[in-house]
Amino acid sequence: MIGREAALKMLQRVVQESPADQTETLLMTEDSSLARFTPAAIHQHVAERNRTLILRVVLGKRIAVVATNILQPSAVKASLHKAISLARIQPPNEEFVSLPGPKPVPELNTFFANIGRLTPERKVKIIREVMALVKEKGFTASGALSHGEVEVAVVNSLGVEAYQKYSDLFLHLIAQNDKGSGYASFVSRDLDQLQVEPLVKAAVAKASGGDPIQVEPGEYEVILEPEAVRDLLVFLGYLGFHALAVQEGRSFFCNEFGKRMVNEKVTIYDDGLDPQGLQVPFDFEGVPKRKVIFFEEGVAKNVTYDSFTAGREGKESTGHGLIPPNTEGPIPINLFMQGGESHLKEMVQSVRRGIYVTRFHYTNVVEPMKAVITGMTRDGTFWIEEGEIKNPIKNLRFTESILKALSRVKAISKERKICSAGSVYGRRFITGTVAPAIQVDGFNFSGVSSL
Amino acid sequence: MKDWVDNILNLAKIKKVNYADIRIVRRQTEEIAVKNGNIEALTHDEDFGFGIRVLFQGAWGFACSSKMDKREMENTFNRAWKIARGGSEIQGEKIPFPPAPPAVARYQTPISVDPFHVSLETKLKLLLESDAAIRENKKVKISEAFMAAYRTEKTFASTEGSFIEQEIVECGAGIAAAAIDGGEVQVRSYPNSFRGNFATRGYEWIEELKILGQAERVAEEAVRLLSAKPCPSGITTLILDGSQLALQVHESIGHPIELDRILGTEASYAGTSFLKPEMVGDFQYGSEQVNIVADATFPGGLGTFGFDDEGLKAQRVPIISHGKLVNLLTSRETAPLLKKESNGTMRADGWNRLPLIRMTNINLEPGEWTLEQMIAETEEGLFLSTNRSWSIDDQRINFQFGTEIGWEIKGGKLAAMVKNPTYTGITPQFWNSCDAVANRDHWQMWGTPNCGKGEPGQVAHVGHGTAPARFKNVRVGVK
Repeated sequence: MIGREAALKMLQRVVQESPADQTETLLMTEDSSLARFTPAAIHQHVAERNRTLILRVVLGKRIAVVATNILQPSAVKASLHKAISLARIQPPNEEFVSLPGPKPVPELNTFFANIGRLTPERKVKIIREVMALVKEKGFTASGALSHGEVEVAVVNSLGVEAYQKYSDLFLHLIAQNDKGSGYASFVSRDLDQLQVEPLVKAAVAKASGGDPIQVEPGEYEVILEPEAVRDLLVFLGYLGFHALAVQEGRSFFCNEFGKRMVNEKVTIYDDGLDPQGLQVPFDFEGVPKRKVIFFEEGVAKNVTYDSFTAGREGKESTGHGLIPPNTEGPIPINLFMQGGESHLKEMVQSVRRGIYVTRFHYTNVVEPMKAVITGMTRDGTFWIEEGEIKNPIKNLRFTESILKALSRVKAISKERKICSAGSVYGRRFITGTVAPAIQVDGFNFSGVSSL
Repeated sequence: MKDWVDNILNLAKIKKVNYADIRIVRRQTEEIAVKNGNIEALTHDEDFGFGIRVLFQGAWGFACSSKMDKREMENTFNRAWKIARGGSEIQGEKIPFPPAPPAVARYQTPISVDPFHVSLETKLKLLLESDAAIRENKKVKISEAFMAAYRTEKTFASTEGSFIEQEIVECGAGIAAAAIDGGEVQVRSYPNSFRGNFATRGYEWIEELKILGQAERVAEEAVRLLSAKPCPSGITTLILDGSQLALQVHESIGHPIELDRILGTEASYAGTSFLKPEMVGDFQYGSEQVNIVADATFPGGLGTFGFDDEGLKAQRVPIISHGKLVNLLTSRETAPLLKKESNGTMRADGWNRLPLIRMTNINLEPGEWTLEQMIAETEEGLFLSTNRSWSIDDQRINFQFGTEIGWEIKGGKLAAMVKNPTYTGITPQFWNSCDAVANRDHWQMWGTPNCGKGEPGQVAHVGHGTAPARFKNVRVGVK
């Protein structure tokens, strides 16, 4: 870790040296480790240290981005010159207004020093415990345990100065035998929150049903656990909850603001400051996070903005800028679905014939403006009959509009869970979605996985 | 730098490791994205660091750092060694790692024009003109043009005495038009969706793509799709064009044949495979027409290299011969299970990732047909082109794809355009229903620059050579 003072000082120096009209510097550091295990062994155990500097320079309305992890002063200077030269040769982007100005950033604790206690030996011990507990129940364990210490610092020439350090930890676990598999996962910033036994119990319970039966594709009442709901929320975020999608006319929100689009039980929002999620005080432009409500009691309300999309509409950023250059738009990364009045157990009891889904796998977009996606169920799919979870069933493919499914929500659980993909492509920045379980009266399954 | 590398290899020997290697990787990326006449992104990324892999008492450890100095390398080695030592304490079976003869070599992607030496003005001109040409069609709401170039310089050294330097250059480009109306988006792209087609070639590849010349057609097709009829639902004969077939090969053959997936090491993330090692030599994966090779040597393929990240020379190996599964993608650690030697597919996504079994160029060998013959001899069916959506289960059994565009085939001729085409199937049933593959005249390489796998996530650049092919009794228009 570089630390607040050194990180900001380094970025201030670059900003001061820059001849550009506006300059933004973003520093991300990472010290992380990940161990993957199968029944036979810890087959991969890796550790990484990296620091990346991302420079965004503006000449008039011409913008260029250079990223480098070579941080010697001469290399940083060369990167700055490179950025200037890239900006200089391009035509202006008339829609660009400005990088963001400074705003007070809330003080949040997103770092737990106890993460540092996760030495390779301690991680091996935790994994050994998981494997033994799963084996005790007659199953084998696969999974990954990872932790990281991450710093994010932003300084720009308009006075933005923000620094935050984060800790993160995730464990995901699959218990399996030759008949089926079950999944459980954990994510937190605080090592002391990790409890292995409940996770093992949850994964084993999902895998314990015996031989799966085959259920024919069709429309069924479903209970979706939080991990499955997370997938739906993330796709809504990607497809339509942000300003770029609306400005380009490709969001399902276009022409629908103020109208009821989904069931009135449904309220979905993004809130980086909510302590029930993985808190993030500011975005990658150094703008403090604001709560943005997408659906309020089923009615389409607002979308997220970064400085570019906000500038286009004469608005202020909501603090949803991603790592530049971001061509995907200010996609929300701290999603929440409001909990309901029901308990999961009661929801299951109210289903006469239906399907219980633990999580989805490999979901993808079929029709973007209708928010139709397809994907598979995985690691714990069950037949529900007369209010009881019966047999496990073979994995099913669903092809369904998320909006349609949310229109048919019958019940939402009080209990919510922080769900995280727990996978890290590129630069590490673990985020979480807080989701309840939902009961949907009519969800379309279009195929079954069976040889 | 060579002294630092030797120092690490000496340290490894002092620690009595079974094996160790070090990779020093510097990767430069240049990306330009134009949208609706504006430069949406113009970026240069430089990423430099090293990773050290240690096998100690039958367990692996890996550590890496972007801080390039001798002391940090020593610290990083010690970190990797400690991780391996920790793992060895609970290692069930010691990891086998058959020795390989040391290689001292240098490999460089053969290119005519270095894409990093072409002026940005030239690149921007091409992209801006292509983007503007799309928007000449006033019904197009979003026009996009994209170009990227990658240079990876990699030094690999191992305790076995290998010292390999590689310089791999890749580039590609593409355009896309989106027409939007009445709550519907229709996209057409060229030469492939998701930013184009990529190859281990120089800027001559981008010039050969002639993206500007396709802008008008792409725009027109996107607009026409808005009023096209929906894809019919039912069971029919399906002809897939090469670009869609490339992704079909990728998802339903390329991933299932990865031996690490089969052995369960991806179970907690990407999933496993319906294949078992004992099916090699016996399993009828596809019809007689289906011949698949893994070819890391094919000139220009996006999965082409000189040596893998375990120091093995690039190879060309049959995987499916006349429909029968004859081999899998393997590594030095996994190949002994098949009583074979590794076919050299271990690659890492940069200095900060551990090598995994990755696809190279997984190619469907050309058949005897022309596309015209194939269509002419189809009484009723669909011809689908250009991927839009993909999904497959964690064992790679049940897949569903969507494409940007399709045409009905009626009486041996292409008929009405259809929108939102989808099809679904079960992997071995689908490949066994293949009754025709087009010939070499229709065959080309497609680069997939976004193949995800592993934890922490790794993105691999892989290639697929395909020609259009025909499949019987496929479920289309999935509801």
